[in-house]
Formats: sequence, structure tokens, C-alpha cells
Amino acid sequence: MTRPKPKATTGVPTGRNNPSEISRDHLADLYGRLLTIRRAEERLQKLFADGEVPGFIHLSIGQEAVSVGVMDALRDADTIASTHRGHGHAIAKGMALEGFFAELLARDEGVCRGRGGSMHVADMKIGMLGANGIVGAGLSIALGSALAHKTRGTNDIAVAFFGDGAQAEGLLHECLNIAALWKLPLLFVCENNGWGEFLPTTKHLAFQLGDLAAAYRVPHTRVDGNDVVAVQAAAHRIVEAMREGAGPMALECVTTRVRGHFEGDAQKYRDPDELAALAALDPVRRVADQLAALGLGAAALEAIDAGVAQKVEAAVAHARTGTDPSFEAACADVYAEGGRA
Amino acid sequence: MAELRYQKAIGRALEDAMTADPTVILFGEDVAEAGGSFGATKGLREKFGAARVFDTPISEAALAGAAVGAAVSGLKPVLEIMFMDFTTLVMDALVNQAAKARFMFGGRCAVPLVLRTPHGGGLGAGPQHSQCLEAWFAHVPGLKVVCPSDPVSAYGLLRAAIDDPNPVIFVENKSLYASKIDAPDELPAFEVGKARIARPGADVTIVTYGGALRTALAAADALAGEGVEAEIVDLLSLQPWDEATVLASLSRTHRLVVMHEAVEAFGVGAEIAARMADIGFDELDGPIVRVGAPFMPIPFSKPLERAYMPSVENLVAAVRRTLA
Repeated sequence: MTRPKPKATTGVPTGRNNPSEISRDHLADLYGRLLTIRRAEERLQKLFADGEVPGFIHLSIGQEAVSVGVMDALRDADTIASTHRGHGHAIAKGMALEGFFAELLARDEGVCRGRGGSMHVADMKIGMLGANGIVGAGLSIALGSALAHKTRGTNDIAVAFFGDGAQAEGLLHECLNIAALWKLPLLFVCENNGWGEFLPTTKHLAFQLGDLAAAYRVPHTRVDGNDVVAVQAAAHRIVEAMREGAGPMALECVTTRVRGHFEGDAQKYRDPDELAALAALDPVRRVADQLAALGLGAAALEAIDAGVAQKVEAAVAHARTGTDPSFEAACADVYAEGGRA
Repeated sequence: MAELRYQKAIGRALEDAMTADPTVILFGEDVAEAGGSFGATKGLREKFGAARVFDTPISEAALAGAAVGAAVSGLKPVLEIMFMDFTTLVMDALVNQAAKARFMFGGRCAVPLVLRTPHGGGLGAGPQHSQCLEAWFAHVPGLKVVCPSDPVSAYGLLRAAIDDPNPVIFVENKSLYASKIDAPDELPAFEVGKARIARPGADVTIVTYGGALRTALAAADALAGEGVEAEIVDLLSLQPWDEATVLASLSRTHRLVVMHEAVEAFGVGAEIAARMADIGFDELDGPIVRVGAPFMPIPFSKPLERAYMPSVENLVAAVRRTLA
């Protein structure tokens, strides 16, 4: 059987909002994963406001379907490089909530032992190569990881997540060129939420990603990034082709940034009408409605939510009882030991 | 014993490292088909194939980031950046990513990459193809910086750099590529972080590294004619640097001059001078004097460049100052 190859598109979102394409169980599973990110970030929002989370955090509320949909097509050995808005990527790739919350609360039990925080959550064991405080930097890290997959002869793939704002970084252009030139298994996933920090995308970019990808001959697909069914369908189709050696692909997910650029950003630069319209586009709510339409009762949906909330609370409790990181241990990890004498 | 050229020593180190470890890959602009801008990687493509030795587009920033991504994904990349001046383009990958990954990810990963790059003037290459920028990298926690001074140390340090689980900047002085010495068939191992005494002497310690070692040795010969015996410490490794060997030498000679080709202000010499002024204070019988390039870009014209480069005369004058 020959599998259909993804074809380049540059038009309007092609995501099909048809939940019957996947089983109800699969959809319910996606719903649980969407909710896990949503409830975790809502909890973080509160913890941050209460002063329990230091530093800066950038929430991905409204964008969860991109993380969950793309990761649905990945396996453990696949690698991802993330962004400053990376909580959803980390959780969707399989980061345990305990280690995640402990990191955000700056505990030694955190995935990075309290040294990285929100913008640096990482876990190499699950192929999560790190959130990143530098816009666009994850692109080249994923490029190198894709190079490693190819050099080792596996059919694992690497995914670079980046926002619409990062499209103005030169690294994107360099990475598109190299990935295309060397036919690397690198999936470029643009989370186009319409905002780059405090400016709308229209004031950042003179081009569309589809046109740019076409210039490098990288097939581009644009989907409704708030439709997890559409995202996962596109991701499965693309990733399958890439595992067979199709080379790099670009998946642009049109999505919504509900919160500010960072927590504490009052978003006075956004039109109140735009903000008011976001609720109707909520990717989590959409799946709940789809499940209800498929006959899943309110009690079952609530049970999923309650289970997620319980896990989140347990992780927060675990983080709160964690220990402060040791300065000596931190100093000892500036360099790795070893090497030839 | 056999004659060994610096440039060949680099190639041999790469060849031996790639033979010993199949995860070592080599890439950069013109390293494969052309064998490197300075010929150091000739023959490696033929021996190890295109999957392990390959040419790249002129995209330094992406290549350095890719080296980080490959390193955290199980390979040991060796990236060549054609001139050290071009490392301005790889700063994010090195400073924000490679240097910090192990630390900021909780000590749970390593970034075993080597970035080879040539520095140094004397070729009339002008302001953007001659700079010695090693102090920038030595200032970043998480990076290591080494700078060999001859073919034998080039071989040993490159092997050590590739074996090191940390990101290492391997700096090659352009004026050394054609240099050669008689070397044993079995080349000795070197350790990152260890200096050596290049010339023993009782009257003054001269600390230097890389291509400047030859200037220091010539100055020592000139000083010997005046009855001054200079001890020369060849640092070899700049980050970490061998504080113990420098302090031990200072404790024997009680005078210290630090010399390098890089701009003197805010340089490697400033760090060594400040440290020795602290922990070696009781040993000092004279001021610590630095010799480096003046605070200006490297000029193109030969006479201007000659005037710019730290010379034997500059170093002899500095030694006289601390002995006065």
C-alpha cells in the first residue's frame, strides 16, 4: 500500500473538524491530555499570582491542541525542541507532572533540579530537548537532532516548535535550507497565535510561512491549530511520510494566545472584541462538545476532569514539600566530569 | 621520530578520534571535498564517508546550534568555523545553549562538542579574518577553551577535546599551520587544563599560549644574552587554566609577565595577572606586566600589522620593567 504524501498548501486552514475520523476512545484520550495541560497551566497561573513561582512564565492556554495533536504522532525516541511557551510541549511529550511542578517551584526534585525553571524544562530521556529562552534557538537544536537521527540510520524524527514571531529570526531560514538540502527528518511546527510579544504578526512579517517553505521546497500544511483532531490527523500523515524518508516538512497551526506574552501582561494592546471571541475558539471546550455529541455523558467528562485535577493537585503538593536545591550540587554541574587524562 | 606538521597533526587527531569512536562526526564549510581551508581535514571524507565528514552551507549560526542538537542526541560533533572572527555568528548556540545545557537541565545531559577555529594575525588578512577572541569564550561558564602551541600539543589536545564530555573551543593559530617538529611515532596524551614549562629559568616567569609561544621563546633567547633566565609557561588550556603551574613558577622566579597575541585589555592576561596578584602576592618582587595587542582592530597593511602584533622587543621591555 502506498501512503499518501503530504502536499504543499498555502491557503486557508485545511483542518477538518470531523471527530468521527478518530475513535471516541482516542478522542477521550486526547481530551484528557488537553485538559492536563490546561489544568496544569491554570494552576501555574494561580501559583504565579500567589508568588509561589519565581521568574517569568509564558502560558500556552489556548494552544494545547498543537502540543497534544503533534505529540500524538510521535514516539519516545523522537525528539522535540521547544520555545519559551513550552509547558504544553513538555507535558504532551511525557514529562511527569511531579517533576514539572517541582521545577516551576524551583525545587531540587524538579526535572532540572531547580536550575532552569519554566523557560528551560527539559528531559533528554523522553526526547524533550528543552524549552528555550531564546526565540528561534530550538530550530537549530532540532536540526542537529534530526541530523543525529539520520546519521544513526534510525527513522526517528525531530520536531522544532516555534512561534510566528520566530519566523523573523534568520535561524529559521538557515534551518529550512539545511534541512531541505540534506533531507533531514525535521518537522517545523509553527504555532501561529497571531502575536509576537506585544505586536500582531502583521507588524512582524512581510511573508507567509507557506511561501517561505515553498521557496525552500519544504512541503507546508496549514491547519486549524485549535482543532486537535485536525492537528493529529495532519501530524500522523506527515510524520508517517517523514519516517519513510520524505525529508523535512512544515506544519503551521493557526492558534490562539489567550493569556499575555507573559503572566502579568495586561494585554492592553489587544482589542477587547478579539479577546472576547477567544472562548468560542477554545480547543479544550471544542473536544468536550465533540465527545458529548458522540454520546459521552456529562458525568464521564467530569470524571476525566476530576482525575486530571487530582493529578495536578498531587503534583503541586509534591512540589511544595520539595527541598531547596543545593548550591554545591549546582556548582558541580557546570561541567561534566570525565574525558581523557 | 618523524617530522610532524601542525596541520597534519590536526588531521591525524581527527582521523584517530573518528576511528576510535564511531559517534564522532566532522562538518563545516569546505572541510570535506576541499579538505579544509587550511588543509587540516584532507583525506577524511575519503576515509570515513559523506555521512561522517560533510561540507555545509555558509550558515554558522545554524551549524553551531545543530552541533548542540547532535551532541545532546548522542553524537560527538566536531564543527570547523573557518575563521575565529566568524564565531560572532555562533554566539547564541555556544553561550546560551551549549554552555548552559548541562547546568540548566539539572546535570542530566552532556554536550560533547568541539568547535575548531583558527585565530591570529600575520597573514595580512585584515580586521575580520585575524582576531584572537578566545577570552570571550573563556568568560562563559560551561565552555572550555584550549590553544595548542605546536604539532604535538595540537594532536594531544584535540584528542582530549573530542573525548571531553563538555563543549570545547579548540583554537588553532594560523601562523602555526605550516610549523613542524620531530615527534615520536606514539604521540603523547594531553589533558585539558594542564600547562607545561616550555623553557625553565630562574629569573622571571613568562606565561603565554598558542602562536605567541614562539615570540616568547625568541625573547627568552635574547634575554639570556643579557644574563636573564626566563621560565616560560605554555598554558595550552585557557579555560580551565593551570593556576597551580603558574603559581609554582612564580614562586620560583618572583616576577611575572603574561603575554598573548590577543588585545591586552580585558584579555586572558588580565585574569592571570589578577589571580596571581591575589594568591601569589607574597611571592611577587615586581609588578605583573601584561603584553598584548593594542586596543585597536588588526590593520591590513603589512607594516601596520607588524606594528600591531606583540613582538620580541615588547616582551623583552616588559621583562626589564618587572626586573627593574
